[in-house]
Amino acid sequence: MKRIYAIESVCMNCQLCAVFCATGHSRSKDIIKAHNREKVLPRLFVEEKRPVSFAVQCRHCDEPFCVQSCITGALTKSLEGPVVYAEEKCVGCWTCVAACPYGAIRRDVDRKKIAKCDLCAELTEPACVANCPNQALVYEERGS
Amino acid sequence: MYTLLQPDFRIKRDEERCIRCGVCVRQCAFDVHSVDTDDGSIRSDESKCVACQRCETLCPTRALTLEENYHVANENYNWTGGVLKNIWKQAETGGVLLTGMGNPRPYRIYWDHLVLNASQVTNPSIDPLREPMELRTYLGSKPDSVEVVKENGSLKLKTKLAPQLRLDAPFLFSAMSLGAIGYNVQEAMARAATEMGIYWNTGEGGLHKDLYKYGKNTIVQVASGRFGVYKDYLDAAAAVEIKIGQGAKPGIGGHLPGEKVGDLVSMTRMIPAGTDALSPAPHHDIYSIEDLSQLIYSLKEATEYTKPVSVKIAAVHNVAAIASGIVRAGADIVAIDGIRGGTGAAPTMIRDNVGIPIELAIAAVDQRLRDEGIRNRASILAAGGFRSSADIIKAIALGADAVYLGTAALVAMGCHVCQKCYTGKCNWGIATQDPYLERRLNPDIAAERLSNLIHAWSHEIMEMLGGMGINAIESLRGNRLHLRGVGLSKTELDILGVRHAGAS
Repeated sequence: MKRIYAIESVCMNCQLCAVFCATGHSRSKDIIKAHNREKVLPRLFVEEKRPVSFAVQCRHCDEPFCVQSCITGALTKSLEGPVVYAEEKCVGCWTCVAACPYGAIRRDVDRKKIAKCDLCAELTEPACVANCPNQALVYEERGS
Repeated sequence: MYTLLQPDFRIKRDEERCIRCGVCVRQCAFDVHSVDTDDGSIRSDESKCVACQRCETLCPTRALTLEENYHVANENYNWTGGVLKNIWKQAETGGVLLTGMGNPRPYRIYWDHLVLNASQVTNPSIDPLREPMELRTYLGSKPDSVEVVKENGSLKLKTKLAPQLRLDAPFLFSAMSLGAIGYNVQEAMARAATEMGIYWNTGEGGLHKDLYKYGKNTIVQVASGRFGVYKDYLDAAAAVEIKIGQGAKPGIGGHLPGEKVGDLVSMTRMIPAGTDALSPAPHHDIYSIEDLSQLIYSLKEATEYTKPVSVKIAAVHNVAAIASGIVRAGADIVAIDGIRGGTGAAPTMIRDNVGIPIELAIAAVDQRLRDEGIRNRASILAAGGFRSSADIIKAIALGADAVYLGTAALVAMGCHVCQKCYTGKCNWGIATQDPYLERRLNPDIAAERLSNLIHAWSHEIMEMLGGMGINAIESLRGNRLHLRGVGLSKTELDILGVRHAGAS
């Protein structure tokens, strides 16, 4: 399946990937509203230890620990490949957060839900990849 | 000491647009922006701002606007704001004013006073989209005459030609050394030059091993510091250039501070890490044309006469006579860098006041070499502030063979000409060795942007040539009848060898 990969050598730690991720997952899809009013959380983390940085999203693992650990069935591995998240089933137990070896699942503490990369299913290219100003994220098939 | 200097710029942040994402904070190497931990708002300390526009460009909501801070209320025609600030700065530091990039002073830019010709009625213009148009040119020494012999019914060249550089378009990327600029920038130039069939120049800082594979499109420099010069370096290149001077700082040397000499620069320059890299003002073995000739022929011997040798000088008062000497000393190419040529670091007073404009230098050198009957013995490369395809085609009509692009190439890659190259904190990842900053220049993107620029300018030159009814760039070279001056004095026109507009 196609996955998002970070090219660490040209990641410049601007973290615009997170900005556009949050915008893409907002109700308004408006960058200012998404951040100043809706307070949407990005579905990715930028790991930073200068000079190195890179974005980490859900890896959509072939054998996902989060799916195995989910107590309500909110996380499932789809046949097409992505790990799919059904928000309405999530009870905010954070078991998946603890299980994820990449630390790619974010806690939405206020809403007692998790927030996780869905590869921007409705777009042809995930928002983080499309908006990276330095082409430090690619969305491609590399085999598993 | 309490500073009398007010900030040069003003940063306006539209609080309604600011989403406090912190891009500006993380991207500014001058630490202008910071997060107020009390309320999460972002503050800006304008006194540190250099107006590189990195924050403005990357701000995803366009919340930032940079403005000039006009605050010197008493400035007048003689005592301008800039002059006052320089004095305050020096009164506070006691130091030489340093700067980067090319001369910003309002010396006349002759390109803007020269206009091109076009065909109307009496001679046909050429459409480059429908008819052949040749931008290819060759740099190197041309013979006084050519002899051909007939062999088996076909003609063969009997004269042995000197080594030549083949350029698919009349551009080269200027000498910018590893140290002054980052590795990624050199890689981008090397890749773009290879793709476009042109050349890039290593500058005086040696050639990194990983770039040897681009050697066919590389000119290596031998300067007064002799950094990284050894057999493999000369062998890897397509041509060798002896750097005598540079347009931004004629007559003075270079100084790369030790903090920029990390492992990569140290290895490439072949000097210990952390030591200052000093380029003496003169070559200590060159005090005359005869001495220069010895170095030219040493390099020719070392490369077994397979590569052209270029000599680069700054355009100064006696440039024509010096160029004549350089040609007679055996150089295949004379590169001339004008007063607007750029630099990674130079004393401001030198950059702004020493040298002559490249337009006058090209005309003077071309005419002198023609008058002496030695113009064919060397190609002329012009450098120093070329901004567009129009400047370049005018330079070729004045007598240049091809043009070096330094600042234009950097601007294509993202440079915003803030003139702070010497600080090593280039926020665009160009003039820096800082691993946090240099990764901002993605060589894939930069190489593509350079190739695009060369492609675009090549097309424009073809269109302008076609308009003049010329189908090869070599037919325009030194053809000053295709230029006319506008608003120039008789002296200027005489030196340029150009008639005034309206004169037939």
